Amino acid sequence: MGLRDQLAIPRDVIATVKNPEHRWMAVCRGTGCSSSASAEVRQALCDELDARGLSDEVEIRRTGCFGFCEAGPIVVVHPEETFYTHVTPGDAEAIIEEHVVGGKPVEGLLYRDIATDTAVERWHEIGFYGKQQRILLSNCGIIDPENIGHYLAFDGYSALEKVLTEMTAEEVIEEVIDSGLRGRGGAGFPAGLKWRFARQTQSWPKYVICNADEGDPGAFMDRSVLEGDPHSVVEGMIIAGYAIGAQDGYIYCRAEYPLAIRRLEIALEQARELGVLGENILGSGFSFDIIVKEGAGAFVCGEETALMASIQGERGQPWPRPPYPAVAGLWGQPSNVNNVKSYAYTPRIIIKGADWFKSVGTEESPGTAVFALTGMVNCTGLIEVAMGITLREIIYEVGGGIPMGREFKAVQTGGPLGGCLPKEHLDTPVDFDSLVAAGSVMGSGGMIVADETTCMVEFAQYFMQFVCDESCGKCPPCRIGSTRMLEVLQRITDGEGEEGDLDEIRRIARGMEQGSLCALGQLAPAPVMSTLLHFEDEYKAHIEEGCCPAGSCRALITYEIDPDLCTGCMLCARKCPSEAISGEKREPHVIDTDLCERCGLCKEVCRFDAIVVN
Amino acid sequence: MGTANNTAVDVSLMDQVFEKYREQQGALIPILQKAQGIYGYLPPEILQLVASRLGVALGKVYGVATFYSQFYLEQRGKHMLRLCDGTACHVRGTTRLMTAIEEEYGIRPGETTEDGELSLEVVYCLGSCALAPVAVLDEQVMGRLRPETLLQQVSNHISSQQVMA
Repeated sequence: MGLRDQLAIPRDVIATVKNPEHRWMAVCRGTGCSSSASAEVRQALCDELDARGLSDEVEIRRTGCFGFCEAGPIVVVHPEETFYTHVTPGDAEAIIEEHVVGGKPVEGLLYRDIATDTAVERWHEIGFYGKQQRILLSNCGIIDPENIGHYLAFDGYSALEKVLTEMTAEEVIEEVIDSGLRGRGGAGFPAGLKWRFARQTQSWPKYVICNADEGDPGAFMDRSVLEGDPHSVVEGMIIAGYAIGAQDGYIYCRAEYPLAIRRLEIALEQARELGVLGENILGSGFSFDIIVKEGAGAFVCGEETALMASIQGERGQPWPRPPYPAVAGLWGQPSNVNNVKSYAYTPRIIIKGADWFKSVGTEESPGTAVFALTGMVNCTGLIEVAMGITLREIIYEVGGGIPMGREFKAVQTGGPLGGCLPKEHLDTPVDFDSLVAAGSVMGSGGMIVADETTCMVEFAQYFMQFVCDESCGKCPPCRIGSTRMLEVLQRITDGEGEEGDLDEIRRIARGMEQGSLCALGQLAPAPVMSTLLHFEDEYKAHIEEGCCPAGSCRALITYEIDPDLCTGCMLCARKCPSEAISGEKREPHVIDTDLCERCGLCKEVCRFDAIVVN
Repeated sequence: MGTANNTAVDVSLMDQVFEKYREQQGALIPILQKAQGIYGYLPPEILQLVASRLGVALGKVYGVATFYSQFYLEQRGKHMLRLCDGTACHVRGTTRLMTAIEEEYGIRPGETTEDGELSLEVVYCLGSCALAPVAVLDEQVMGRLRPETLLQQVSNHISSQQVMA
């Protein structure tokens, strides 16, 4: 019996899963929708079907993330692909009664376009998806991530079959190199080359390691892939194992992602049962297995050497490179470390070929980029776009622009080790090299939009606080540098900035960049330096004029009540924790600036926009 | 702290954990994770036990336990509130939530109320950025929070649990 025949057995689910007429509903069970009660929605839909005796005719399927977390919980009714947003358990009746039985979509649950305020019925007609090109996320929202049969239906494990039956290890590496796939962890090093180095080192055992320690604040790309399509990562790792000659794999995943870990464990179990993981895979003689290692909460473990130290059960502190992991990694043995997305692209490249992959994106950065688009944009969520798209297209077309008519100020990529770009750079194409040329980085996929109310000094201080907390403490430039840098930034946002502080920042940054042991310390000054480059005026306003132009730094602002707008409802006076607000009922109130602690609670509760920040 | 920190620790509960990881290389971290799952924190007796059973120095176990933010060497409050201060939450107002909690309960991140009811912790990114600002109260994720709604939910949660008890 050939390998293909062995896999053919569980493929009878394909008939239903791929039938274009099949009536089914996708209920998103990613972390975002699950926190807005999608489990209850699913149950309510099942109950409604049961009550009408329709359970056999309509399939309710749990799927991974649609990316449009802002509009969750999301339910998509197939085959029409009607896209329902903000669904509550109470809506189940209407969906079954009006749509499934009556054949008419439930108008009130459809997404409403921001610009035109009209209802959009179908999934792919929504502006958020218009410019997206979903290659990596193609299964997310379609398959049940806890059912290997669904993955198989969409060509799952056929890349592994192909590799084991038709390709030598060298040919696999050649194909990946030829595809131009660059590591999606952020640095963009050619993945195939890394594999070749690991293959060439003559020492066994070797290890394949998946870096799923997605620690950047504001980033959840890897989590969504692991939750929505875990088998693609598993398959990619097995192929990498075959290519470099390894038998053991580790997935190092953050403990903060319990759902991703659970889905991975289920996927591994099912893969072993099917015979695509474990001893003698599909009778080919090649053996490979994977262990999931749960992180324990340390950002620095996203650095590959620290990650390996952590797998070994030690403090997650980096060690100097070279030697690189391909030569001496885990337990001193050759190891290949790639990001979740890099592995997940691999099966697709093997099946469709290097040329197909190169046809998407730009010449130097082929393929797509996956971003977690968050912050001050209308449509936040997970997006996948072809490399080369501009920042403007992402923010204004996919993201739907800035909410409340506010002004765009900057976009931050690369998280605490990245940079931010102001509006002059909105037309920068998004690819590894263009972003670096503009003064930022690709990073692993966090993209945070800041508007006019975000103070860039405070923004930089936030990232430096993060680095300060997360520095592992091993090397002084990072440990001491980040603390000193934070002190200067703190001083500036406290309104006590001094002449020469900006020079001091630059001096500390140089020391950290040149002297730190790993990327964490070397890149930590980047958010500060890029805000200083593009928003030096804002820094100077804090230092020289004692004012925060964004109206955000507590020490530099005052709250006042506009007597024309204040109705004297007394809500703010009751809420004020420092009893700084006084006034008679139905008379304009006044804030005592000496007592005011500038917590902003009054502005938060005022229903008449009467609180003004100066 | 109001809660008793000195109740006897039943070390025999660890036997099954050591059994499970007997063959595994580098199992110190998973063993500590399981121990914390059992006891809620890592009492000194357990650190010593782990060191002797694994045949490593107590200093090494302590070094690992203090390096990772997941591990606690002291007992925590009955309820745990984790405020997300990831970038997306930060720009959408986590600082205001923190202020509100401090003013209502008198605790700052890493602290527990005197009655042992509530501990506050700040975490970087729970990955629910589209719902920013987000907090997790025990196991319950709360999204799109404002200071008022947060305080309301925390107080409801604590009092409902007290009634049940």
